[in-house]
Amino acid sequence: MEIQFVLNDKQVKAEVGADTILLNVLRDLGCKSVKCGCETTNCGLCTVWINGKSRLSCSVLAASIEGESVTTLEGVEKEAAQFGEFLADEGAEQCGFCSPGFIMNVLAMARELQNPTLDEIKEYLAGNLCRCTGYMGQLRAIKKYIEVKNAEKKGGKEE
Amino acid sequence: MAEGQNVCSENKEIRETMRQMRVVNKGIRKVDAKALVTGRAVYTNDIASSDSLIVKLVRSPHAHALIKEINTTRAEALPGIECVLTYKDCPNKRFTLAGQTYPEPSPYDRLILDQRIRFVGDAVAIVAGTSEAVVKQAMRLIKVKYEVLEPVLDFRTAKDHPILVHPEENWRSLCPVGADNKRNLCAHDVSESGDVDAVLASCDHVIDRVYHTKANQQAMMETFRTYTYMDAYGRLNIVSSTQVPFHVRRILGNALDIPKHKIRVIKPRIGGGFGAKQTSVSEIYPALVTWKTGKPAKIIYTREESLIASSPRHEMEIHVRLGADKEGNIKGIDLYTLSNTGAFGEHGPTTVGLSGHKSIPLYGSAEAFRFSYDVVYTNVMSAGAYRGYGATQGIFALESAVNELAQTLHMDPTVLRAKNMVREGQMMPAYYGETTRSCALDRCLERAKEMIGWDEKYPCYDCGNGKVRGVGVAMAMQGSGISGVDTGAVEIKVNDDGFYSLMIGATDMGTGCDTILTQMAAECLECEMEDIVVHGVDTDNSPYDCGSYASSTTYVTGMAVVKTCETLRKKICERGAEYLGCSPDDVEFDGEKVVNLKTKEEITRKEIGNKVMCSSNAPLSATEAFSSPVSPPPFMVGIAEVEIDKETGVVEPIDYAAVVDCGTVVNPNLARVQTEGGIAQGIGMALYEDIIYSEKGKNYSNSFMQYKIPSRLDVGEIRVEFESSYEPTGPFGAKSIGEIVINTPSPAISNAVQNAVGVIVRELPITAEKVYKGMAEKE
Amino acid sequence: MLTIGNYVKAKTPEEAYELNQARSSRIMGGMMWMRLSNARVKTLIDISGLGLDQIEETEDEIRIGAMCTLRQIEQSEAVKKLCGDGIEEAVRHIVGVQFRNQATVGGSIYGRFGFSDVLTAFLALDTYVELYDGGRICLAEFAKKKPDNDLLLFIVVKKKKRQFRYDSIRQTKTDFPVIACSVSREKANGQETWYFAVGARPMKADMIEKKWSVAKDASLEKIEEYAALAAAEFKYGTNMRGSAGYRQHLAKVLIKREIMSILSEEI
Repeated sequence: MEIQFVLNDKQVKAEVGADTILLNVLRDLGCKSVKCGCETTNCGLCTVWINGKSRLSCSVLAASIEGESVTTLEGVEKEAAQFGEFLADEGAEQCGFCSPGFIMNVLAMARELQNPTLDEIKEYLAGNLCRCTGYMGQLRAIKKYIEVKNAEKKGGKEE
Repeated sequence: MAEGQNVCSENKEIRETMRQMRVVNKGIRKVDAKALVTGRAVYTNDIASSDSLIVKLVRSPHAHALIKEINTTRAEALPGIECVLTYKDCPNKRFTLAGQTYPEPSPYDRLILDQRIRFVGDAVAIVAGTSEAVVKQAMRLIKVKYEVLEPVLDFRTAKDHPILVHPEENWRSLCPVGADNKRNLCAHDVSESGDVDAVLASCDHVIDRVYHTKANQQAMMETFRTYTYMDAYGRLNIVSSTQVPFHVRRILGNALDIPKHKIRVIKPRIGGGFGAKQTSVSEIYPALVTWKTGKPAKIIYTREESLIASSPRHEMEIHVRLGADKEGNIKGIDLYTLSNTGAFGEHGPTTVGLSGHKSIPLYGSAEAFRFSYDVVYTNVMSAGAYRGYGATQGIFALESAVNELAQTLHMDPTVLRAKNMVREGQMMPAYYGETTRSCALDRCLERAKEMIGWDEKYPCYDCGNGKVRGVGVAMAMQGSGISGVDTGAVEIKVNDDGFYSLMIGATDMGTGCDTILTQMAAECLECEMEDIVVHGVDTDNSPYDCGSYASSTTYVTGMAVVKTCETLRKKICERGAEYLGCSPDDVEFDGEKVVNLKTKEEITRKEIGNKVMCSSNAPLSATEAFSSPVSPPPFMVGIAEVEIDKETGVVEPIDYAAVVDCGTVVNPNLARVQTEGGIAQGIGMALYEDIIYSEKGKNYSNSFMQYKIPSRLDVGEIRVEFESSYEPTGPFGAKSIGEIVINTPSPAISNAVQNAVGVIVRELPITAEKVYKGMAEKE
Repeated sequence: MLTIGNYVKAKTPEEAYELNQARSSRIMGGMMWMRLSNARVKTLIDISGLGLDQIEETEDEIRIGAMCTLRQIEQSEAVKKLCGDGIEEAVRHIVGVQFRNQATVGGSIYGRFGFSDVLTAFLALDTYVELYDGGRICLAEFAKKKPDNDLLLFIVVKKKKRQFRYDSIRQTKTDFPVIACSVSREKANGQETWYFAVGARPMKADMIEKKWSVAKDASLEKIEEYAALAAAEFKYGTNMRGSAGYRQHLAKVLIKREIMSILSEEI
């Protein structure tokens, strides 16, 4: 069957089977940032946004996103790079394989929670596993990123 | 006192040296950071061509069986199926998948596919086709008749068991490691110094205990994967997520029984390794397909395959006898390790060695030691290399025993350690007689105690809500490369406009060696990071390096970088002098230009680089290799604080203070993240991770749903500091960091539980139920 | 591996129900669990277009559409007002935000999984399910039934004044529970009733009710006695995550804590 959906703000078409998984469709459409880490919904590597909400593309049927809007890291590259700078400054991207899914969920969190506490951050991102960093460097990067974002917002208001 | 002053003045000197460095000892971003954080297509599966055949494996449902019949006709007839390969299509010459320097200590006990099946998940057939769907369909059409045999599943009874895992005549062991396939023995050895039995007999206290560590999965986020294709020269090209590209070349030559010059191995970005990819787990299958069909092929291991047919940590049972006098002077250590290598012997003979050689030397005071071991074959998945490589298991056992000794002596375990720990300048009989030339273990312990507030918290304090918090301590060491074996070569070329190409064969698997080796080169060549380009490994172009394992890269390849830069600087001076028309003795190179000190005439690196490309009879490049006769140990201390629910036994990691002596810290950011990551993995090993088999040998821990690596809610706070020593044989005084960092959590957390509720769990992981049962038994 | 022949997005509940009468048809929930199965599904019925993704509040009940995500009930003010933090506590440990943005309440309840926190939680509330054909039946009854071809439309929680608590023990924070317990107390017409549901035993959750009058200042020993009595009425089993004996002990401890928490609350 053919499906049409919005991928990173562009209308796209894809030929899929009834049991085709969204993750594979996205990679075939060139969004190689989307990674598969576990197939059992536990790792968060395949995180993308569907209609703005973080979802696990390994467990979404491609057929079911007809007419919906999907965003991958390729679609928020500028924002990803901005947060990525903080991550890189900590050396906390390490192997980088979990970074795309992790960054997608960090950006989703930044949209949803205004000034999250440490516990809120940890809980929001609990579904994003990382085996390299022990999570501490990621947390340092997030704290600094949120501080800068909040300062930007404040600055914006004053103007 | 005088000794303390010495250390201080030396520290000052080191700090001075550090201050003068521009690039080394700085938290510089990784050279590949931008690509990684923006999700660029840089990993194996991202760059595999879209017309690759999809390769999958039919795996055995039995732990031990012989294939009586295998019918592939219907599968092969399926449109889209390129080939179905069975043991009949594979060379009958045994090899090992262990990524080790030739001749490998690991026995040659494998075939690509074998008629004998040795564990649930062992490969039975290779299927290649144009799509995943058709390959999966074909797999269902393959009919296999097995003669099911009784498996050897208990590693405690495997030695001299009537059932043999490897009865075959063409099994062979290349090195004298005490292996004997007719006894299910992969390795055996005894080493000792002094009369340990007599010393123990004379001790006031002897701790005599058995500890058990289970197999653990590296669980790197990128599973095993390989993409293969034939190139224009008729050579087999392998793009693989591997830590050991040069070893993979040899392994594939052996496995396919083809000349090594027919093979090229390329390592792109890697999504984590931790030792898993020091075994050539996935390469042989698509390689065989491409070699037979001439077509590109790829295999992407599912997470399940990565958990049931991979290269996890060796399960070990370690018997410790530890003797001390009543003042707490440790006199003798006797350690026997029984290691389970599983169905194949990858890294079996070598990991076991570290369980003693990298635990016993922590105690410099001991007068005598004995270390003996057996490594046995069983019908479970083959073990392999996992960060820590046997040291982790040995340190859990010995450090736990030392903590039990402290309890027996009613002594603070940090005081007991301070009394007995190895010190700088000491000779270590159990560490091949090497002398520690850099050791800040004493300072690590002091600092870690301060960080956690040991004196206020030890042994425990009640939180008043049914919960109690305890603190626990452990020390650790590792090596820096394999002495007299590991070899790293480096080449640096000067190009147009004077930029440098740094060619390395060491494999960055996310750890950042491309970055830290560039830092070292930039420091030596007095240039900016941007003046140097570095790239992944290609066995056709990169200089030889045994690969990134055994904590070797910073130390071994780092020294090769330093040596290469020295040679290159000399050559740049010579070339500059030639262009300036003067003697090389009269010039100096400051990183940017060569100056004739007499005439003040100068020529820039840029001009030299461009000039070299016109009418030149010699390239401007240098290459050097390094191998070390010693393997200087890094040291560390970890102190855990845990909270225990007294009613349920639930253990919650609260805080972890770690202080590491890795010599000079080349990149503080990357070293810190390495340490935090290693500790988190260690916490997983201590508390959560377990590979559980059914009575018939089926692995239940076959997904991230069942094999639980810690999430960010499961590790507590991890705090890391460095207490640097200066290793005179290492680059800029550096030692290794990659592996040691996983060694302290298991014994430290176990000790924290012991100090909090008086329960000693001697088998990992320390689950809530075990702690609860321990508490219940005490009552 | 899951294989699916046809994917149909149902336009009406009738259509979904009719399609579901074929033996090899399946209703799609969040696709979390079905995707891991080896089922060969001929027709997969997507009911996400039926408007079942709303939480509606009336004077005497909260009606949760079967396609509401776990994240929705976690964040619902109406649910919080009625049940306190219990429902949030029951779902916030489930894998991660992405998972809960996708997993549905209907999928969780319909599946009647042994490990289900959601089922365990709702069993101790006055909960009903609304089925297309079977109409409204109480959740405890539904939980005992074998899965059939009916279509789950709503989960309905009656607005009774129940004090509600949820707690679980897990090996890692986002793992399946080793044990899950929910406890509630209702006082109506001078009658005090306690409801206890225990899940992940590892068998699916069961619920018992007790007409116990527990004094506000009951002694710890007395409460422990009640907890032990309640815990002993359930059967427990052994799996990778824990033994039967340990599970029963945990159930006793959690139930005790929940009773104490309820007793300490001012009403």
